[in-house]
Amino acid sequence: MGQAIESDGLNYAFGKGDARAQVLFDINLRIEPGEVVVLKGASGSGKTTLLTILACLRAMQGGKAHVLGYDLSDIDDAARIEVRRRLGFIFQAHNLHDALTAMQNVRMGLELHGREAMRNWHDPVLHLLKVLGLDDRATYKPRNLSGGQKQRVAIARALIASPELVFADEPTAALDAESSRRVIEVLQRLGRERGTTSVIVTHDQSVINMASRVLTLSHGCIVSDISQTVPSAEGHLKGTAA
Amino acid sequence: MIWLLERIFGRIPLGWLQLVNRKGRFVSAVIGVGFAVTLVLFQLGFIGALSGSVTLPYQSMRADIILSGPDARTLTDGTAIPRQRVYEALSVPNVDSASPIFIGTARHEVPNGRDASFRVFGVDPTTMADFWSPEIAAFAPVLEITRTGVIDRASRSIPAEFLHNIGVGHPKLLDLNGIATGLIGSFEIGAGFDADGYIFVSLRTFFQIFPEQSNATPAHVFVRIEEGADVTTVAAQIAQQFDPKETLTRTLEAAIEDEVRVQTVEAPIGIIFGFGALMGVFVGSVIVYQVLSTEVTDHIKEYATLKAVGYRNRFFSGVILEQAAILGLAGFVPGALLANMLYGMISGATGLPMVMDRDRLAFVLFGTLLACGLSGLMAARRLSSAQPAELY
Repeated sequence: MGQAIESDGLNYAFGKGDARAQVLFDINLRIEPGEVVVLKGASGSGKTTLLTILACLRAMQGGKAHVLGYDLSDIDDAARIEVRRRLGFIFQAHNLHDALTAMQNVRMGLELHGREAMRNWHDPVLHLLKVLGLDDRATYKPRNLSGGQKQRVAIARALIASPELVFADEPTAALDAESSRRVIEVLQRLGRERGTTSVIVTHDQSVINMASRVLTLSHGCIVSDISQTVPSAEGHLKGTAA
Repeated sequence: MIWLLERIFGRIPLGWLQLVNRKGRFVSAVIGVGFAVTLVLFQLGFIGALSGSVTLPYQSMRADIILSGPDARTLTDGTAIPRQRVYEALSVPNVDSASPIFIGTARHEVPNGRDASFRVFGVDPTTMADFWSPEIAAFAPVLEITRTGVIDRASRSIPAEFLHNIGVGHPKLLDLNGIATGLIGSFEIGAGFDADGYIFVSLRTFFQIFPEQSNATPAHVFVRIEEGADVTTVAAQIAQQFDPKETLTRTLEAAIEDEVRVQTVEAPIGIIFGFGALMGVFVGSVIVYQVLSTEVTDHIKEYATLKAVGYRNRFFSGVILEQAAILGLAGFVPGALLANMLYGMISGATGLPMVMDRDRLAFVLFGTLLACGLSGLMAARRLSSAQPAELY
């Protein structure tokens, strides 16, 4: 199996002319399928910019990057959408639709994959909500959920279509310790059972401790790349669709 | 409802759910669109009533061809023409009969102090059977009596009890331009915008009511052609007899078309109603655009999230169009019901033929959905500002 993410000499700058500010310098990276990778660093170190480039949300400027085999330096709109559909996104803000129930919000993550993915959608959605401790909140709308519950619904939406690669920005910021542990365990299990790769930007030490690899960025450069032994989570994640 | 919309769209009816999630805004938008629909239907109803009322007298006519002044565009405007046109028309092959028609507007002061105006047709009783409906032509013998007339029983400003038992033996006196005229019968045409009703009198009575008019220059000459003759051919033959700068020759159908066009498109009253209808479309479109663009702005982050995960632009346009269609339909139903109610009230109060017909309803429904759809597409352009990269 090839690399999930591969970059060579990746550079990125904001602004033009005198206002130009380079935020990423010569990023060389190899991430294997199934890894749970944490990106950490001080504010302004470039970790979010790197995340958005690798997640196909921001156009490349210099260097090379391949994500799930797609060359991001030469990708058209159709292929960009194709890649994004194979990714899972967890944003710091939950961005749930206030008019939809928890279950319907999660279903939105599945609907774009077509009728085949939607066949028997109900059970996998409910199961994932149960794994994340939200089965009794499935029919609640976001306004009736706490901040942590909303974030877990957003996580379920990102994971329901069994993405090959998950990009998360401070996914546990709104969660208590127990919920954080559950979320990371889910990502670990996905990595172990399905080879799903997770790239997580976080300052949360408990998340950092559970990652298989920790990359530290400083002033746009990777200054450390440490692999670590991960405590094994029990149980299996079953039933997610597609 | 959600189940039905899911079947229709093949997805979660996100647009509908977002609309009803903010009930106050949704109800306001529906009221706004409904108001616009009512306004448009109301104005179109007036245009329809105008168009209908100006053609009402034509429905009682049995002429095939009408000769008028060169500047005549309606029954009541245009220069009068020489009476000799009657004889000139009769000299054309296949012309069966011809008769002069004089038209004037007579005022009558009703007891409540308001003046009523009647359109008075001065006709030759001996040829009435050729040029008017049997209901009107039946009065030809009694119209020979001076200062008698027959009145439109659908006239405004004339109480029903006034016309009760009206007949040759029970004439009702009506003051027309100061001339007491005995009404000895009634027929039905209907009121218009510029006249409260119609009255038929003989030529002799007509010139007593309108002494300023000359019996040598009728407003029009009606022509009836022989059975089996082609009206267009005969009209062309008659037209060849006259200098077009002096006499206009039209078939009855052409005269009706001119009348409707002038009254509804060229005359100020038609333009005002048309402008009113456009205002309704504009108001409705602005309301829908405002609601949808607020919806887009309020949910820009959610849409950006969906963009990030791979939803295409057509999905978002579909959601906005779904909302536009729902607002259009939800506003159309109460708007049309209210307009129908107002039609009945106005028709009852004025005698104008304000009637809701299926074609108009279908036209306004189509227009409502089109205007809502265009407003929706304009609002959807704001979605381009939904940048997924900004979410991180």
